[in-house]
Amino acid sequence: MTGFIERTLASLLAASEYAASAEQFAGQAGALQRIDPRMKVAGLFALVIAAAAARHLATEAALFATALVLAGLSRLRWARIARWVWAPVLFFTGTIALPALVLTPGRPVFAWGGVALTAPGLHSAAMLIARAETAATFSALLVLTTPWPWVLKALRAFHCPAVLVAILGMTYRYIFVILETALDMFESRKSRTVGALEPPERRRLAAAAAGVLLSKSLQLSGDVHLAMQSRGFRGEVYLLDDFRSRAADWCWLGGLAGLAAAALWWTP
Amino acid sequence: MHIPDGYLSPASCAALYAGAAPFWYTALRRVERLMHSRTVPLLSVFAAFSFIVMMFNLPLPGGTTGHAVGVAVAAIVLGPWASILAISIALVIQALFFGDGGITAIGANCFNMAIVGSLAAYGVYRVAAGRAPLGSRRRVIAAACAGYCSINLSALFAAVELGLQPLLFHDASGAPLYAPYPLRIAIPAMMIGHLTIAGMAELVVSAGVVAYLQRAEPSLLAGTAPAAEIAPAAPSWRATRPLWIALAALMILTPLGILAAGSAWGEWAPEEFVSAASRRQIAAASGHLAPPAVAPAGLRRMAAFWTAPMPRYAPPFLKSAALGYALSAMAGTGLIILAFLLAQWVSGRRPG
Repeated sequence: MTGFIERTLASLLAASEYAASAEQFAGQAGALQRIDPRMKVAGLFALVIAAAAARHLATEAALFATALVLAGLSRLRWARIARWVWAPVLFFTGTIALPALVLTPGRPVFAWGGVALTAPGLHSAAMLIARAETAATFSALLVLTTPWPWVLKALRAFHCPAVLVAILGMTYRYIFVILETALDMFESRKSRTVGALEPPERRRLAAAAAGVLLSKSLQLSGDVHLAMQSRGFRGEVYLLDDFRSRAADWCWLGGLAGLAAAALWWTP
Repeated sequence: MHIPDGYLSPASCAALYAGAAPFWYTALRRVERLMHSRTVPLLSVFAAFSFIVMMFNLPLPGGTTGHAVGVAVAAIVLGPWASILAISIALVIQALFFGDGGITAIGANCFNMAIVGSLAAYGVYRVAAGRAPLGSRRRVIAAACAGYCSINLSALFAAVELGLQPLLFHDASGAPLYAPYPLRIAIPAMMIGHLTIAGMAELVVSAGVVAYLQRAEPSLLAGTAPAAEIAPAAPSWRATRPLWIALAALMILTPLGILAAGSAWGEWAPEEFVSAASRRQIAAASGHLAPPAVAPAGLRRMAAFWTAPMPRYAPPFLKSAALGYALSAMAGTGLIILAFLLAQWVSGRRPG
């Protein structure tokens, strides 16, 4: 069995790899990458809400097809999206939805060995999976086609408090600083560990790693605060809102919002 | 416990955003008042730390591993309000950037984990730790309880939110539109995993980090332990005076036990099986079931095995039963205190 150090390292590396790939995709010359981030955030949020609120399978299917087309136009490989988004969501939601097939009361459509799959159960499970997959795909489209600082800047257009936007931006940056520290800590510990650790020793090691990381983080926060103060920071946050929207951006917003509205009102 | 998009109805999501908003607002105002210009870097770096800790694969008793939220650690080190903000920020980035938890469910996830979790963890920790010194074992146990209780309370909130969906939102045929399981399934399904694996992960990380900080940086624990510095290591007379007074009063009142007629059920002496009056009392207390004509052989044999120095709380050298009761109470209490002092002395001498 892989040790917990290796598994923690794998989790940390996966997050790091995802972030690096997202940045790489966001820099490509695709359709969604070219849109003003404010329009994109508004349009894709509207589609996420539409996916979460839609009440018909056909609507969810249409929205999912839209997400696939948008991914294709943005030069995002479906295989990558399948690995990052569809497979984890299907695993998680599928596990949850599976018992609903037999637990939801209603007309049986298939019976085997005393267990009956009901029509409402099938519908509920399919809706749950479709809704979760579609909403997650739209969320992923936003992050994979927009650099994170731009997503945050775009939030300012929706009157998100400047201090919150600043904290979100700094948090994202320091996630990678602390991620690297954690990676170094676990790698160095792994290189010094010979043989298997006893379970209590492993727990002590994990707790001590979290404790060391905590004190390093607080030390870092103090250093960052001093650095900010030395550059004139007195607690007020100012952000530069330098996006310029073109007619094409408004067209995109109109198209995405129109799709979301149609999905909400359309009854097949 | 990160609820994805599509599990909660838009109305539920909106309600939970609205429920979380006043907490966020109050937390931000309080933290800004306390931290001033430190708010932004402190919350940013701590949120980043929480995010990374959520990725740790924690080895748990039984050979399995689990992930913790780290909400109790945040509440113990930062206090409840800064913890609400730091955990919320970490959850927002998880949802927006990493797709862990839905965008429409950010309000619900923050309400359950950041708000309920932080307030519960802080409350449990403060109550359980009391005025114990910063380096005491009691604080480690309090942190473990805070972690375990907070994550389970958060899970219970999430389970109730999910379990209410089929009740409130279903189509004309009765098929659920969102999360499909009613409360009677959602609550046990969610709680079994959290009472075991997730709760254990939170317990391990909370207790482990507090134990580590006690050794390495106890000052980080001082923020949520205002009474710890002034509390002496050993309890003072002033702090425990009400308890001693109550104990003395109970000792004086012990002769009240004499007012109760007969023996307590199941505490009969062998000779009581012979006396007619005692047999009537035993039968009346046993659902009118007649006791055996003679005391059982095992009872007779074992009763003779040991004779207490003060049988029936009546020392042989005293004529007054009431005085005998009170004296027995004093002797018993004294012996218990002596045993505790002896145990404390032995454990204090143990090396390490």
